[in-house]
Amino acid sequence: MSEAALSRPAMAAAARPGRRVRPFSATGLPGFTAVAVAVFLLLYLPIAALIVYSFNASNSIVNWGGFSLRWYEAAWNNRAVQDAAVRSLVIATVAALASTALATLAAIGTTRQGRFRGRMAIWGTINLPLMVPEIVTGVALLIVFGQVRAWTGYQGLGYLMLAHTAFCIPFAYLPIRARLETMDRTLETAAADLYASPWQAFRRVTLPLLAPGIAAGMMLAFVISLDDVIITEFVKSAGQDTLPTWMLGQFRRTLTPEVNAISTAILALTLVPLTAFFLVTRRRPPTHR
Amino acid sequence: MSSPVPAVEARSVVKLFGQGNAAVRALDEVSVAVAAGEFFTLLGPSGCGKTTLLRCIAGFETPTDGAILLGGRDITAEPPNRRRVNTVFQSYALFPHLTVRENVSFGLEMLGRPRAEIRDTTDRMLALVQLDAMADRRPDALSGGQQQRVALARALAPAPEVLLLDEPLSALDLKLRKEMQAELKRLQHETGITFVFVTHDQEEALAMSDRIGVMSGGRLLQVGSPRDIYDRPATRFVADFIGETNVLSGMAEGAVARLPTGETLALPAACSGPVTLAVRPEQLRLAPPWEDGALRATVTGATYLGTDSRLRLRLADGTEMVARIPSVPGGESVPAPGTEVGLAPVRGAVQVLAE
Ligand SMILES: Nc1ncnc2c1ncn2[C@@H]1O[C@H](COP(=O)(O)OP(=O)(O)O)[C@@H](O)[C@H]1O
Ligand SMILES: [Mg+2]
Repeated sequence: MSEAALSRPAMAAAARPGRRVRPFSATGLPGFTAVAVAVFLLLYLPIAALIVYSFNASNSIVNWGGFSLRWYEAAWNNRAVQDAAVRSLVIATVAALASTALATLAAIGTTRQGRFRGRMAIWGTINLPLMVPEIVTGVALLIVFGQVRAWTGYQGLGYLMLAHTAFCIPFAYLPIRARLETMDRTLETAAADLYASPWQAFRRVTLPLLAPGIAAGMMLAFVISLDDVIITEFVKSAGQDTLPTWMLGQFRRTLTPEVNAISTAILALTLVPLTAFFLVTRRRPPTHR
Repeated sequence: MSSPVPAVEARSVVKLFGQGNAAVRALDEVSVAVAAGEFFTLLGPSGCGKTTLLRCIAGFETPTDGAILLGGRDITAEPPNRRRVNTVFQSYALFPHLTVRENVSFGLEMLGRPRAEIRDTTDRMLALVQLDAMADRRPDALSGGQQQRVALARALAPAPEVLLLDEPLSALDLKLRKEMQAELKRLQHETGITFVFVTHDQEEALAMSDRIGVMSGGRLLQVGSPRDIYDRPATRFVADFIGETNVLSGMAEGAVARLPTGETLALPAACSGPVTLAVRPEQLRLAPPWEDGALRATVTGATYLGTDSRLRLRLADGTEMVARIPSVPGGESVPAPGTEVGLAPVRGAVQVLAE
């Protein structure tokens, strides 16, 4: 119907020789390279410096005194660091597992039930914590857990685990949901056609295809939990420092390259699983059509 | 056709999508019975309800009204995984995380068959579709035609009572398509499974089917053998959709119908009142204009097609007609445009349509 009308501008453009439309190109902007280099330097130079000085032999975090592993050794043998590291790993593991399990159910619930009233509201509720300032969540949890502590007398790590699980859910949810939405639903229909019960179809088809999304969500949740300061600072009781809050505490005293060594270790701890995940998912053929 | 109980039957199936006035009537009182071992084709244009009918049989849709019977048993309320029916999906829907072998054995595993049986049947199916060499590959390492054959093997492996195929060949190029048509016929012959095949391609339907059901707008218009459907179309839609046809309107006066031109055509059976008539182009013969029973026509154009020529003509009242005139070796060529000719239907060519 409107084909002729639509093609007229195209024909006009074709008829004007030498005036080809060039698409917008960011790399063509003046100074693009300089800005890009500056941004990368700003992002990575401090991290590079941090890593380099973690191998410093002297007591200073700014003056180079030769290569040594003494600060790694110091951190490794530091009782407070050991405790904080174990606490961090335990909390991050529990939070990653629990939040991913809940996020998987939430993602399936919000994408597989078809349209229902309030679906957007639920979606919003799941993702809103991403927008709420962490300091607000921290204060709110402090008050609530304070009450619970008073009633139950329980003082353990459970509060931190609960809090971390809660704020990790949206991070775990997003990649799982993205994966579910690109998944071909005919595959589940095909499983049912081939005599799979709803549970078998989920177990044998949906879950394996969802696995990369679940792994990504879990990794993200783990890293987010490992790194958290603000909420942990509000929720923890005395003697419940995690690695980040312990490091923050150190800044009130004299800083030694021990902090650099711990930071470098945390960096490695987050980069290793991410790299492994990237390599594993890239080697496998794509799992959806 | 040997068994008195149909392999699969739809009884007055109605399927509405949406609610109230906005509802789409995807199936409108569809009743059909497919005999055991039959190759039955649902033919109709896109959007006529073919997929919806298959999905009702497979259990992916619940009919708004009516019943689905499998081997005489009402299965309308049963979930898809309890129905001994398998589907070859248009998009194949192969499991991308499983190998070809694991795809083919999936149904048998879900049915809880013993290991040895699963292995043997899977081997047999892979051999049947000539994919033994590909057994350990993943589907995305296969060509379209190979994926198609995996989908077939996967659906045939559990030996369903009925196999449903939803336009399985539409994604293949012409050559592969012809090969797969032959392959499908062979597979049906070797397995003896009842096939319900969906296509919008009338040639494919005529070439492959034992019987065809022609659908339009959610209704099943006519069911019959390819010959029945082609030679005795019941309605104008069927006549038009299956091959090319000439449609004429007239007034029946006993054994003949009087056309608007004043000429008469012999009817296959006596009737009266206004009638719509159909004559296939290849069932018209050129005759001298004065011959008894021939319609006077003027040639308006001709296209040589090798085995025959397609002649376009106009009747005295302006009605456009098409005739296919066989080529005769060394014979004279077809009349030039402007020539006055007579058009005589061969015996039994005139069909009365139920509009
Ligand atoms: N899930 C659905 N929701 C709404 N309308 C549908 C749905 N499925 C099919 N339809 C409608 O039903 C009619 C028949 O569709 P379908 O069975 O897919 O036709 P076909 O397979 O013959 O092309 C179409 O008008 C289509 O738009
Ligand atoms: Mg369809």
